[in-house]
Amino acid sequence: MTVAYHRRPVIWDIDYDAPAGELIAIVGPNGAGKSTLIKAALDLVPKVSGEVHVFGQPYEEQRSRVAYVPQRTSVDWDFPVSAQDVVAMGLYGKIGWFWPVSRKWRKEAREALDRVGLADFARRQISQLSGGQQQRVFLARALVQQADLYLMDEPFAGVDAATERAILQVLRDLRSTGKTALVVHHDLQTVADYFDHVLLLNMRLVASGPTTEVFTEENLRRTYGGRLALLDQVGTRLAEGQ
Amino acid sequence: MSVALILGLLLGAGGVQNAIPFVPNLRLGTHALETPFREPEETVVSVVKLEKRSSQTGAFPSGVWEQGSPGSIHSVLAQKPTPPLLSRLWRVLSLRDYNTRVVLLGTTMLGITAGIVGTFMLLRKRALVGDVVGHSALPGIAIAFLVMEGLSPGTGKWLPGLLAGAFAFGLAGAVSVMLIDKYSRIKADAAMAMTLSVFYGLGAALFTIVQKVPGGNAAGLKTYLNGKTASLIADDVWLFVGVAAVVLTLTMLLMKELTILCFDDQFAAAEGWPVFWLDTLLIGLVVTVTIIGMQSVGLILVVATLIIPPASARFWTDDIRRMTLGAGLVGGMSSFFGTIISALFPRMAAGAVIVLTGAFLFALSLLFGTKRGVVIHWWQQRKLRQDVGRVDLLRASFELIEYAVSDPTPTSEEMVAHEIPLGDLISMRAWDAASLRRLIGTAVRDDLMRPTSGDVWRLTESGAEEARRIARNHRLWEMYLMQYAHIAPSHVDRDADLIEHVLDPELIAELEHQLDHMEDNVPVSSHATSGSSSD
Amino acid sequence: MQRVGARPTDDVCQTKSIMIHEFFQLLSGWSSLDTAIAGSAALTAMSCALPGAWLVLRKHSMMGDALSHSALPGVVMAFLFAVSMKQAGWISEAQKDAFLQVFLFVGAVVVGVGTAWLTEWVQRLGRLDSGASLGVVFTAVFALGLLLIRLDVDDVHIDVDCVLFGIIETAALQTVPGTSIPEPVLVNGAIFLINLLLMVLFYKELKLAAFDPGLATSLGIPARGIHYGLMAVTAMTVVAAFTTVGSILVIGLLIIPAATALMLSERLKVVLALSVGVAALSAVLGHVLTLTLPRMIFSRLGYPTIEDAGTAGMMSVTAGMLFLAALFLSPRHGVISKLIHRLRLGQKIAGDDILGLLFRFEEQTAIRPTDITVPDLVAKQNGISPWLMSLSVRRLLRGDYVSRQTTGELILTERGRESAKSLVRAHRLWEAYMAKHFELPDDHLHETAHRVEHFIDDDIQNRLQTELESPEMDPHGKSIPEKTEP
Repeated sequence: MTVAYHRRPVIWDIDYDAPAGELIAIVGPNGAGKSTLIKAALDLVPKVSGEVHVFGQPYEEQRSRVAYVPQRTSVDWDFPVSAQDVVAMGLYGKIGWFWPVSRKWRKEAREALDRVGLADFARRQISQLSGGQQQRVFLARALVQQADLYLMDEPFAGVDAATERAILQVLRDLRSTGKTALVVHHDLQTVADYFDHVLLLNMRLVASGPTTEVFTEENLRRTYGGRLALLDQVGTRLAEGQ
Repeated sequence: MSVALILGLLLGAGGVQNAIPFVPNLRLGTHALETPFREPEETVVSVVKLEKRSSQTGAFPSGVWEQGSPGSIHSVLAQKPTPPLLSRLWRVLSLRDYNTRVVLLGTTMLGITAGIVGTFMLLRKRALVGDVVGHSALPGIAIAFLVMEGLSPGTGKWLPGLLAGAFAFGLAGAVSVMLIDKYSRIKADAAMAMTLSVFYGLGAALFTIVQKVPGGNAAGLKTYLNGKTASLIADDVWLFVGVAAVVLTLTMLLMKELTILCFDDQFAAAEGWPVFWLDTLLIGLVVTVTIIGMQSVGLILVVATLIIPPASARFWTDDIRRMTLGAGLVGGMSSFFGTIISALFPRMAAGAVIVLTGAFLFALSLLFGTKRGVVIHWWQQRKLRQDVGRVDLLRASFELIEYAVSDPTPTSEEMVAHEIPLGDLISMRAWDAASLRRLIGTAVRDDLMRPTSGDVWRLTESGAEEARRIARNHRLWEMYLMQYAHIAPSHVDRDADLIEHVLDPELIAELEHQLDHMEDNVPVSSHATSGSSSD
Repeated sequence: MQRVGARPTDDVCQTKSIMIHEFFQLLSGWSSLDTAIAGSAALTAMSCALPGAWLVLRKHSMMGDALSHSALPGVVMAFLFAVSMKQAGWISEAQKDAFLQVFLFVGAVVVGVGTAWLTEWVQRLGRLDSGASLGVVFTAVFALGLLLIRLDVDDVHIDVDCVLFGIIETAALQTVPGTSIPEPVLVNGAIFLINLLLMVLFYKELKLAAFDPGLATSLGIPARGIHYGLMAVTAMTVVAAFTTVGSILVIGLLIIPAATALMLSERLKVVLALSVGVAALSAVLGHVLTLTLPRMIFSRLGYPTIEDAGTAGMMSVTAGMLFLAALFLSPRHGVISKLIHRLRLGQKIAGDDILGLLFRFEEQTAIRPTDITVPDLVAKQNGISPWLMSLSVRRLLRGDYVSRQTTGELILTERGRESAKSLVRAHRLWEAYMAKHFELPDDHLHETAHRVEHFIDDDIQNRLQTELESPEMDPHGKSIPEKTEP
C-alpha cells in the first residue's frame, strides 16, 4: 500500500504479510510513517493505492477482529469519563446501538482493568492517571474487544517501568492465546527481547522477518541511515505534479 | 429626523415601549412616544405607507431577531398596575397566573434541553456551532415563507413549514462550515464567522423582500420570529415539551454512542461507528434546540443556553453522565430563576436575565466547583507545595545529619539528638530564609521538628522516621535512574527532585524490589513502622 | 414599475439583452445618495478588513462575532454617561454629541479588551476550550448590555436596535456640517487610515506574534500586548462600523475579505492588500446588486412591488459570493484549477502510457511500424477512459510524437521515440532503485514505477543512474535505454 498526506507519499509500497500468532514490532526513525501505516491499515487515513486483508479477508469485513490502541496523545484526557468508562468503549460494538452499558459489561471492563493492574483505579477520572496508567487503560480497552489482531501505536512511549512490564505481560498473554499484535515501537534496546518479528520501516519497508534474522546492525543502518533523498525528491514531484 | 423616527418604530416593533430611537449617526431624538402595547403589524404597514424611501431604510432589524423579545414576559406578567414587590413575588411564586405557569414551564424545558444537548457540543469542542446555526436559519424562514406564499397565498405562516425551512438552512450552515474547514485552506473559525454572516445577510436581504410581498401579511411573520411579542402561549410550550421529550430520549438512547464520538472519534471510526452520521445527528439536535429556543429568548441568548450550563456543570463532576444531568439542571435553574426575576421587575428582559442568571451560576461553579473549581484547585496546589516543601526540608535535614554522623546510616537516636541550625539548612538548597522558616514552622506544627533554641531545631521521632523514608525514597529513584534510564549522573539529582514528588506507590514498590539486591549507599529502614517496609 | 415588468419570450438572446438592458436601466437611477451609500460602505469595509485579516491569521475569527455583540454594554454606557453629563449640566446639548463620540470609542475599547481578557481568564482558570469560554463571555456581556439598555435615564429610553444596528441607507444621509461629505466617509475613512498606519508600523510585530507568539515573547515583543492591542483596534473599528452598516455586515466584513484573500495568495502583504480590495469591491458591488438583483428576480416571480433588498445584507451576500468565486476560481487553490490540472495530468499520463506502449512494442518485435490502432490502445490500457485516450492520441498526433498510417496504425515519430525512451528509462531505473531499497517481490515493482515514471525528470534520472552505478538491466532483465545526448 502507499499512503500520502497532502498528496505527498509518506509511505511507499509497503507489501507485508504479518505472520499470525506473533508479536511484531514496527521499528523506524521519526517520520518514517509508522503511525501512518497503522492508521492506513485501519482506514483512518486514505490510501493512495493498496488494500488490507485481515485473516485472508478485506478489513471491512473483519473489523470486529481488529483492536486498535491509539497513541496516548490522540485524545483529550480532560474528558469527563472514568478509566472504566474508557475501557467499556471497547465493548460498545458488542453492546449495540441504544443499549446502555449494563452491569455485565461493566464487570467485563473491570476485569480487563485488573489484567493491566489498574483494578483500583476503575472509578478515577482519566486525567488523574499517570501517563503509564493512561496507556494501560487504552490497552485494557483493546483487550475487552477480544480481537484476534491488535494494532498498537507506541504503547511503550513515555511509560514507567511498571507499565512497561504490565504491557509486556499482556502482549505475551495475547501471543500464548494465539493472537497477533503489531506494535509500533521506538526503543531499539528492547526490540529483540520483546518481539518475535520485526518490520523495519523508513518510508518504505526496509526489511521484515523474525527478529533474530532481520534485526541486524546492517538493516538498522539501512533503516536509520537517513531518509532516501531521492524518495523525498520524487515524492515532492508527485505532490506538485498531481 | 422623520426617517430615524420611523426606523425606531419599525425596529422597536418588537414590544419596545416608550422607545426613543437612537439613530445610527448617534444623535438622540427628543420625542418620547407614549404608545401602549400595540399590534406590530399595524406599525409596520403604516411605516411602509408613510415613507417612500423606506423601501431602502427597511433593512431587517437584526437586533430584534438576535435579542428575542425583551420584556415579552414582563409585558404579560405585569400588564396590570404594579403591586408591591412582595405581593408580586407571592403571585409569581404561587404560580397563580396561568401565563406565569406557561412561561415558566416553557423556558425551563428549553433550558434543560439546551443544557443537555450543549454538553455534547462542548465536549466535541464545537461550542460555537449553535451561534452559526441560529444565524444561518434566518434565510430558511424567509424562503419557506416565500415558497408557501407562492404556492398558496395566505399559508406563508404555517409553523411546521417555517420550522422546516429554518431547520434546513441551519443544518446547511453547519454543514458548510464543515465542508469549508475540510476542503479549503480556510480554518474552522473563519469558516464559522463567514457562514454566519453570509447566511444572516442573505436572510436580512430576503426579509426586506418578504415584508413587501403583497398580501402576505409578512409583518406578522416577523413578529412571530421576533419571539412572539405577546409572550409564549400554551401551544409553544407544548412544542417545547415535545421537542424536549424527543431530544432527551435520543440523548439517553445514544448516550454511549455520543460519548465515544466526542471522546475519541478516531477510535469510534476504527470500531466501525458511523462517525459522520453521529456528527450530523448531534448537529441536528443543536439546530432543533436553537430554532425552537430562538423564538423565546432570542438568538444570541440561545447560544448562551447551549454553552453556559455544560461549561458550569464541568466544574462539578468528572463523569459525563452527571455532567449531562448537571447541565440540564443548571440550564433549567437559570431559566426558572431568570424568568421569575424578570417577572418580578419591570424592564428586565427575560432572555437577558436568564442568561445572566446562567452566567452567575457559571461564575459560582468556576469558583467553587468541587472538581475543577478555582478554589479547590488553588487549595490542592497549596497542599502540593506544602508537601514538596516538607519533603525538601526533611531530606535536607537527613543529609545534614548523615554528613555530621560518620556512620553511613544514622540511628534514630542520633537523628533525634542532632541539632540543626538554620544556616546549615539554608546552604543545602536554593531557598531563602523566610520561606525556610515558614517550612520549619509548618513542620513544627505537624510535630516533625521541634525548636531547641534560637535558630536551631531538632527532628522529632516521627520527623526522623519520615526523613529517613524520604531520603530512602529519593535515593532509590536516583539509583533507578542511573541504572535504567541512561541519564548522565550529573543530571540525576534535579530529575529526582522533580519526580519524587509525583512518585506513585506502585513505582516505589518496584524500586524496593530492586533495593533488595542493592545494599550499598542506601539508608536501610530501621524498623517495621517505617513507610518503606510496611507495604 | 411597468418598465421592468416580465416579458416572457422564447428568444434566449433577446431575454439576455433585455436583462442587461434592464440592469443598466435600473442602475440609471443611481443618485448621489447611492454614491454616498456605496462610498461609506466601501470605506467601512476597508477599515474592517485590516484588523479582520489578522483575526483570521491568528485563528480568532469568532472574536469578531463576539466583539460586535459584546460592544453593546460599552455603547449603552457611553450613551448613559453622555446623557447624565448633560443632565448634570456639565455639558451643553451641542457638546453632547461630540462627547458621545469619544465615549463610544472609549467604551468600545474598554469592553472589547475586557471581553478578550475575560475570555482568556475563563479559559485559563476554568480550563475550558477557547470556543466555549468565548461563548460564555460574549453572550453574558451581551445580555448585560440588554439589561442596561432598559435602565431609565430620566424617562428617556434607548432603543437597542437603533443603538447597535445602524442602517447604511440612513447613515449615508447624514453629512458633515457645512459640506456634502457623508459623515461615515469621514469617520470610517479616518478609522481606516488609523488602522492602516498601525498595521504598517507594527507589521513585523503582528506577523511574528500571529505566527509564533512564544518566539515573539522570547525576542522581547509582547505577544499578549499585541493581542490586546489588536482587540482594542478591532473593537473600535467594529463600533464605528456598525453604527454605519449594522452588525450583520461587520462580522462579514471583518472575516470574509481576509478569507477570500487567503484563497488567492500566500504572501502576507498581498493577502492584506487583497483583503482591503475585496472588502471595497463587495461593498460597492453589494449596493449595485441591491438596486438591481431583487427587482429583476422578483418581478419575474410576479412580485413587481419589490424594489430592492437591504443593502447591508446584500453586501454580506456579495462578499460571500466573492469568497465562493475565489474558492472555485483561485489560480492555485481553486477547485476548478485543480480539476483542470487533474485533467491535464490525466492526459499527460495517458499520452505517456501510449508512447511507452508503442516503444515497448517496437522493442519486443523489432518491427517498425507497429500495428497498434487506437482501439487496441483503449483495450490495453484499462483504467483510462476511451474519451481521455482518444483525446491524448489527438494531442500526440498534433505534437508530432506519433503519426497515423493510412490504415489506422500508430507509429512513433523520431521525436516520440526520444520521449518514449526517456519514459521507459525512468520506469526501469525506478524499478532497479526499488529493487535495491525496497523489500518487494519482483512482480510488485512495475505498478509503482508505472505511477512514478511520469514525474522522473532528467535530473532525477541522472541521480538514479549515479546511485545505481549505471545499470544496464532492470530487475526483470530488460535493458535500460541509454540516455540520448541532445
